[in-house]
Amino acid sequence: MSININRYKCGYCGACVGVCPGGALELVETWVEANDCCTSCGLCAKICPVGAIEVKK
Amino acid sequence: MKEMYDLIVVGGGPGGAIAAKNAAELGLDVLLIEKRQEIGDPVRCAEGVSKICLSDHIEPDPRWICADLTGSRIYSPDGTMVEMSEEMSGGEVGYVLERKVFDRALVDQCARAGAEVRVKTRATGLIVEKGVVCGIYAMHLGEEYEIRSKIVIGADGMESKVGRWAGLDTSLKPADMETCVQYLVTDIDIDPQFCDFYLGNEIAPAGYLWVFPKGENMANIGVGVLGSKSGDHRAIDYLDKFMKDMYPEGRIIEMVYGGVPVSGPIEKTVSDGLILVGDAARQSDPITGGGIINAMEAGKIAAEVAADAIKKGDYTTNTLNEYETLWRSTIGKEIEYSLVVKETFVKFTDKDLNHLAQSLSNVNFYSLSLKDLLYALFKANKKLLWDLRGLFKDVVNSNFEFKYKNDQAD
Ligand SMILES: Cc1cc2nc3c(=O)[nH]c(=O)nc-3n(C[C@H](O)[C@H](O)[C@H](O)COP(=O)(O)OP(=O)(O)OC[C@H]3O[C@@H](n4cnc5c(N)ncnc54)[C@H](O)[C@@H]3O)c2cc1C
Ligand code: SF4
Ligand code: SF4
Repeated sequence: MSININRYKCGYCGACVGVCPGGALELVETWVEANDCCTSCGLCAKICPVGAIEVKK
Repeated sequence: MKEMYDLIVVGGGPGGAIAAKNAAELGLDVLLIEKRQEIGDPVRCAEGVSKICLSDHIEPDPRWICADLTGSRIYSPDGTMVEMSEEMSGGEVGYVLERKVFDRALVDQCARAGAEVRVKTRATGLIVEKGVVCGIYAMHLGEEYEIRSKIVIGADGMESKVGRWAGLDTSLKPADMETCVQYLVTDIDIDPQFCDFYLGNEIAPAGYLWVFPKGENMANIGVGVLGSKSGDHRAIDYLDKFMKDMYPEGRIIEMVYGGVPVSGPIEKTVSDGLILVGDAARQSDPITGGGIINAMEAGKIAAEVAADAIKKGDYTTNTLNEYETLWRSTIGKEIEYSLVVKETFVKFTDKDLNHLAQSLSNVNFYSLSLKDLLYALFKANKKLLWDLRGLFKDVVNSNFEFKYKNDQAD
């Protein structure tokens, strides 16, 4: 898994959590955490309104 | 916190607060948890709401009303404007709220109704026994808790995990979500009684840009872009461009990010011992993106069904399915109708949008026999009127009735 969430850019809106098919993301108060269910599908990076997520396949 | 309650509500937004309040009023022993330390902050909303539906749930209060709208204007890509004012919409347009204060007022109501409220308390999982949800795992200030209940209501918003923990698939495809950025802009010249909508694929692909007044010289200016169109250009890029073109002198004093579900009704919103409401159940309107009222309506229905189930002593889907039936036959109908409109709308080219706007720009809304329909649509906060005009035939043929919202008006 290679997902990088820029917490300085993130506005903790939860949009990425809503699209993650495997439930790998969680919005914990003011930051997003990813677990190893991530399949690097890239949907979270696509949906983020500000581009705070980078996913490498 | 106790070890056992009748009902645990996860999430202190409008859906959760109304559910907890109604449940407490019906005599249930209720715990409402909210992971944030302050209710309602940060905001994820443009704060527009229909007046008539709102007062079913809370007495309007100037402390959380920023603007009282008399109409709206829609701009097509070539700048053609369609104006709809209060007289045309039957005197019922909407308010622009201060959500931080509004959400807290709702939670205050529910605390006063007798519900126990815990902030900075996050659900981390569900207690499931023999396939039945019977409580939650939670974390408060770093301590873990196991709290049991007869029923759990998941009102945990866009980032909902509660449904997924119970095996309900609430994940959204990018094409089923609007990805949004909004600025609170001050020191600008706006009409404090009108909300403006801008459409076009250069402005907001398969979405819209809004300017909602928050009083004199201040507005929520935001944009929603369909997730499937987001990528190289994102919501924030579209908004920055609009700001540069239209309000270069505006001062940005707040930033809001968010996703709005526009999927239409999802397959299942209950399981044994569990009910989902509001954004967690993806109940926002696919065309306007409005979800406050639907979340509150669903919260109220969920509380009533939960109270009934607890009286009967049956917390399985046998009794909780009543919630599915009730929300799908009320707010669900309107959500489904909006979904049809949305599916048409997202396919419109700029040329289509211009054409539709031009065909409406000379129409005197008074003279339309559609008045009753328009009236109902306005009340339901459906801003994109001209789309609906195009679809009117379908509506007539399928005999769609806006009974639900009309009843409420009586
Ligand atoms: C940019 C934008 C503009 C919008 N504009 C409008 C508008 O003009 N009008 C309108 O009607 N709607 C609008 N909406 C939609 C509206 O904001 C939502 O539909 C509404 O807030 C849904 O209410 P809710 O109670 O379901 O969820 P929310 O208000 O999201 O509340 C969910 C709560 O649950 C909490 N929570 C989440 N997970 C947990 C957990 N594990 N444990 C404890 N607590 C948890 C969250 O912190 C949050 O407080 C907009 C949305 C966005 C993003
Ligand atoms: S979508 Fe982007 S801004 Fe929103 S929570 Fe996820 S990473 Fe943060
Ligand atoms: S890349 Fe896909 S699986 Fe991984 S966190 Fe993002 S959305 Fe989830």
